[in-house]
Amino acid sequence: MNIHEYQGKEVLRSYGVAVPNGKVAFSVEEAVEAAKELGTAVNVVKAQIHAGGRGKAGGVKVAKNLDEVRTYAEEILGKVLVTHQTGPEGKEVKRLLIEEGCDIKKEYYIGLVLDRATSQVVLMASEEGGTEIEEVAEATPEKIFKEYIDPVTGLSPYQARRVAFNINIPKELVGQAVKFMMSLYTAFVEKDCSIAEINPLVVTGDGKVMALDAKLNFDSNALYRHKDILEYRDLDEEDEKEIEASKYDLSYISLGGNIGCMVNGAGLAMATMDIIKHYGGDPANFLDVGGGATAEKVTEAFKIILSDENVKGIFVNIFGGIMKCDVIATGVVEAAKQVSLSVPLVVRLEGTNVDAGKEILNQSGLDIVSADSMADGAQKIVSLVK
Amino acid sequence: MSVFINKDTKVIVQGITGATALFHTKQMLEYGTKIVGGVTPGKGGTEVEGVPVFNTLAEAVKETGANASVIYVPAPFAADAILEAVDADLDLAICITEHIPVLDMVKVKRYMQGKKTRLVGPNCPGVITPDECKIGIMPGYIHTKGHVGVVSRSGTLTYEAVHQLTQAGIGQSTAVGIGGDPVNGTDFIDVLKAFNEDPETKAVIMIGEIGGTAEEEAAEWVKANMTKPVVGFIGGRTAPPGKRMGHAGAIISGGKGTADEKIRVMNECGIQVAETPSVMGETLIKVLEEKGLLEECKTH
Repeated sequence: MNIHEYQGKEVLRSYGVAVPNGKVAFSVEEAVEAAKELGTAVNVVKAQIHAGGRGKAGGVKVAKNLDEVRTYAEEILGKVLVTHQTGPEGKEVKRLLIEEGCDIKKEYYIGLVLDRATSQVVLMASEEGGTEIEEVAEATPEKIFKEYIDPVTGLSPYQARRVAFNINIPKELVGQAVKFMMSLYTAFVEKDCSIAEINPLVVTGDGKVMALDAKLNFDSNALYRHKDILEYRDLDEEDEKEIEASKYDLSYISLGGNIGCMVNGAGLAMATMDIIKHYGGDPANFLDVGGGATAEKVTEAFKIILSDENVKGIFVNIFGGIMKCDVIATGVVEAAKQVSLSVPLVVRLEGTNVDAGKEILNQSGLDIVSADSMADGAQKIVSLVK
Repeated sequence: MSVFINKDTKVIVQGITGATALFHTKQMLEYGTKIVGGVTPGKGGTEVEGVPVFNTLAEAVKETGANASVIYVPAPFAADAILEAVDADLDLAICITEHIPVLDMVKVKRYMQGKKTRLVGPNCPGVITPDECKIGIMPGYIHTKGHVGVVSRSGTLTYEAVHQLTQAGIGQSTAVGIGGDPVNGTDFIDVLKAFNEDPETKAVIMIGEIGGTAEEEAAEWVKANMTKPVVGFIGGRTAPPGKRMGHAGAIISGGKGTADEKIRVMNECGIQVAETPSVMGETLIKVLEEKGLLEECKTH
């Protein structure tokens, strides 16, 4: 799960990680009020959306007085920002972070992420702050320093110190940088983060080390033990169909094509998208109904697929292992009737009780095209939507 | 022969009284798996499906002589169940549970270093040696005994591959689901090594998906060590970057972990990769033919 920058900074502040003072604002008036309360000479007006690249898209402005705060807040609130992470449709700004300006001497990069190859959390750092870490890795990999963290001991001060010296933090500020990294690691572990990225980390003119930006993502499998983090969820930032699907414990992702897919199992669901594309079609979504799909779940899945206006046909691909094909077939028929299905439907059933399942589809009186294999089904739906 | 499990494997079901566990305990017993006991704290002394239930795994192992366990414990408690299995010195623990917090698994992996137990999973369908032993949630009837090893990150794609093989008259030695999580116990290389050493296994199908670099590392290992043909499939060629595709581990991040890159490395290492999931079986058969192995892999 993603959260906003200002929320991430709230979390970090509670762990003693140094961040600039700031306040969230939902309106222009609140923005001006926030700047007054901060009482600093210079303030930064920052668009809060779940995407990077806001600065380049005009979502971050430095205001030298309250009038400028008002001007920029008016300009940014309600604006649709298009960055390399938002997609071409962009994201509308509904919240601002009003933050005290600071005198930046130098920018660095600090990030914590899971390293899958070693099954450990890795601390990554670079003195090329402000640039995306992938770009640094591409252009100057020697400028990235890594420390692998043993989960028993946690991040050790010597490791943080080594990183601080490696990325050339001024030596009088190394102590502060170490404290920063240690606190960041504690926050990462205690809140079950999947990413904690500080880009940039800055050293200021008055000798402070602090997080100018903060990107925190959380392991959705661990949210059950972090009710406080769950409250940060901003539904405006998520796809409506994905929100609806999550209510029914369905795994759904919009893809933008015109062939709706309903599949059991994540691997098979991905492979189904692939095979549709292979035969020249364009999948509208990824949808895994899971191993224990009921008729109700299948119906909800159909409704979600059809709420996408681009969908011109549906391909149901089920390998019934434990899940029986007759149960799925009943669900499909029920759903097709309930939503008065008007687009072509191709169903491929395989596995337990497959004959009973096919019989149910045949007897339904509905216009359902049956397929013998994944390839057959994919070819049929592709030709039907053309 | 087979890998990891066989007709003599004695299994304890951890979390046996939950609905899913009960259902699958019944299925496993019907398949002929030696389920010798179950564990549910507080329900010790009772019996389900004719299987004795114990309060602790240590007690269950002591009473039954079990050497393996299968874990159906809910995600918040599953890491603890794995630790209990490792502490009981089992040879094998298979964790079916999905949605375990990844930092729990980081600790589990660390704890397991130098310990005897092999962990398969989590978030996996389990392991099956046809006609001998089925541990997990896979449908038993699609499998036939034979000589092809299957290893996969995805449950339903494993079934798909096994089904295609069985339809074509090609049996399987063992099918191992290593699971869809970013931190897991047994990886591709562990299973490939076991298949390489298993005299019954003549060839292997390896099914991967987007995310991480496990397939690339496995391909390099195959090139350097494997004496048997390996074919592959990678799911998620059309998956958008930055999105988690159902499995916690199936995500392209920072341009890393794409299907195209995995397929490129696998091809370079001599692994033929099926163009679509529909032709995993066909691709293997073609390779078996080329190597003159087809006849001995046929189940007559």
